[in-house]
Amino acid sequence: MNFDFSDEQKQMRDEARKFLTEQCPPKAVREVLDGKAPYDKALWKGLAEMGFLGVAIPEEFGGAGAGHLELCVIAEEMGRANAPVPFSSTVYLAAEALLLAGSEAQKQKWLRKIASGEAIGTLALFEGKGNPSPKAIKLQASGGTLTGVKKPVPDGAIADFAVVAARTGSTGRDSDISLFLVDLKTGGVEAKSLTNVDPTRGQAELTFNNAKAEPLGAAGDGWSILTQVLDRAAVLLAFEQVGGSDRALEMGRDYALDRIAFGRPIGSFQAVKHMLADMYVSATLARSNCYYGAWALSTNAAELPEAAAAARISATQAFQHCSKNNIQVHGGMGFTWEFDCHMYYRRANATALTLGSLSYWEDQLIDRMRKKNAA
Amino acid sequence: MNFDDTPQEAEFRATARKWIDANAPKQYEAELSKSSLGRIRLEKEEIVDVGKAWQKKKAEGGWACLHWPKEYGGRGASPIEKVIWQQEEGVYGKLTQPFQIGEGMCGPTVMAFGSEEHKRHYLPKLASGEHIWCQLFSEPAGGSDVAGLRTRAEKNGDNWIVNGQKIWTSGAHYSDYGLLITRTDPNVPKHKGLTMFFLDMKSKGVEIRPIKQANGMQEFNEVYFTDVVIPDSQRLGAVGDGWNVSLTTLMNERMSIGSRLATGFPEMFEFCSNLMTDDGLAIDDPATRSKLASWAVKASGLKYTSYRAISSLSKGERPGPENSIGKLVSGSMLQDIATYAMDLQGAAGVLTGADEEAVHGQFQQMLLSSPSMRIAGGTDEILRNIIAERVLGLPGDIRVDKDVPFNKIPTKGR
Repeated sequence: MNFDFSDEQKQMRDEARKFLTEQCPPKAVREVLDGKAPYDKALWKGLAEMGFLGVAIPEEFGGAGAGHLELCVIAEEMGRANAPVPFSSTVYLAAEALLLAGSEAQKQKWLRKIASGEAIGTLALFEGKGNPSPKAIKLQASGGTLTGVKKPVPDGAIADFAVVAARTGSTGRDSDISLFLVDLKTGGVEAKSLTNVDPTRGQAELTFNNAKAEPLGAAGDGWSILTQVLDRAAVLLAFEQVGGSDRALEMGRDYALDRIAFGRPIGSFQAVKHMLADMYVSATLARSNCYYGAWALSTNAAELPEAAAAARISATQAFQHCSKNNIQVHGGMGFTWEFDCHMYYRRANATALTLGSLSYWEDQLIDRMRKKNAA
Repeated sequence: MNFDDTPQEAEFRATARKWIDANAPKQYEAELSKSSLGRIRLEKEEIVDVGKAWQKKKAEGGWACLHWPKEYGGRGASPIEKVIWQQEEGVYGKLTQPFQIGEGMCGPTVMAFGSEEHKRHYLPKLASGEHIWCQLFSEPAGGSDVAGLRTRAEKNGDNWIVNGQKIWTSGAHYSDYGLLITRTDPNVPKHKGLTMFFLDMKSKGVEIRPIKQANGMQEFNEVYFTDVVIPDSQRLGAVGDGWNVSLTTLMNERMSIGSRLATGFPEMFEFCSNLMTDDGLAIDDPATRSKLASWAVKASGLKYTSYRAISSLSKGERPGPENSIGKLVSGSMLQDIATYAMDLQGAAGVLTGADEEAVHGQFQQMLLSSPSMRIAGGTDEILRNIIAERVLGLPGDIRVDKDVPFNKIPTKGR
């Protein structure tokens, strides 16, 4: 059994960590947090130069052609650094949708631009409150144009193109949904930035008004493609969450070692030690579930739907738990804008919802386990 | 990343599987598969007798304590081969329960500190199940604080005279030998005055009393020592070095990678999938689903955490500290699952009879047994301390009794 990343993959993780430690210190995250820039453009360019944006994109489409295990280790580092760039929307959602369903021409055009850092992509799925569901998709497609409103769309205000889920039928079946590719810079789409709990990754409302769109994948296949995209993104985002969990745990541990109260480091009090030990337990369970998700993703295994849901749930719980208790370990200082704790707390709670809420994924996991048991 | 055996591992697995298929006591397979929660009992036979027969057969085939050197009754197998054997042994591994303390704790301690003569004399018989060993560490005054033990050993010529009491000794009533830690010098700080021995459990002055547990069963014992004579030749390690010797024993206890801890999750998933409530199947209820999902990812997280440790072993590396989370997670999970399974049964959840519902009172039994899972082999609190100190590097507790002579440490709270 070799249930671990290879030495080369670990080396890539080290490289990514080194790069992000230098290029994405908390100070850089704060530029975006404080609204001085919509995202870190220099970092985005650097990620492209390092080959990280196209790590899982085949060479024929301008990528590095490495694979998804390599993308997992980079995702972990992106989460650890709290990188304020549209990585998850572009790489996990838009690129994965293109890889799964794009035509040769679509892949040549957009995957190449993703890998080079020229294009930011996103997935426009949600239309207000609620979780992923074909019923909730009202945005209409007709005659090669789209009309309707999508929100929240991750990184929608800075995106160059979007994969859009639209209604093309009214039978009440999943096949009513089709996917479209929209160049957001050609008119017909109005983007409005929305405030959200994690300003380091933007959210937007996109209003489509007879916007020109080309089909992505076959008509009526939209929901089935989306389900696969969400599963793949769930594993990748879970690695970000694990990276964030570990960082929050380390911050708490370091503070507990440095901070003296009642004449001793607060990390010598069991109330604090046990809180940190429990954070370690959550982070470890999440990491192990993520490894299984990575295996399923990289081998396109039949177990992917179940593995992805498990990784997503476990990593969401761990990041929420670690980021919340990191603030608690820090006490009052943890609740200041000046300390970095809240940046992880914000990211944890935003990523918990990005692909659908925790309860949605819990529901999915049980459904998928039942299906497997019935089979 | 893959789950495949290396060619050597695959060959070893095939050999093990073939031998087990030809030799395992298959008449007990069904009964053993059913008893996943709590203690194992067989309908018509004593688990110790059936276990001894299986252990003997394994020893004859070269499969007992297989990671031990051959001259001491093992096979000289690698750590990963031991894990593969455990996977292949499957339900029959439950028959090894009476020998686990001997194999996992007493044997390694004798191997590290015994004389060559002792090792050759005692270890092969321990490995073959002819002799069962128990571990005599805990005392009424020293549970988590093992070094607070009070059982005295006093030198008398070439012998030691032992007086005192041990508690929570699993299997003392059917054990042939015991690993015993004693206080030989009460005038020095507590960790410095301890000495380790092994003794014949049939020695004069050893009295074993079973403890009736909170769940109504009797698996542990109190062991009383009244002027018990132990020859100095049965001392393990130097006089006063018992604490260091015990660390070897306890370290081996925690190296139990690959041994699956019950979480209760598979039983719970099955139960909720079939339980019809007034509002339909339990598994269709959102609140139940949410709980099930959280337990599911804990169970899978533990499984894949052990896979990570196995992968390290396979590469010849030492597994990381992540395996230390196993008992901490599974202990309280068993308790939570049992409580919720009974809640789902409504008022009838109180009934423990074997005829009640389809689940034969298994969750009721789980509820009553689960508190011990959070205490035995290190309490949840001690395990959190271990993670905090050894994994996260946080400072140890301030120990007010560390430098105080043992006989000056207060013995009463108020």
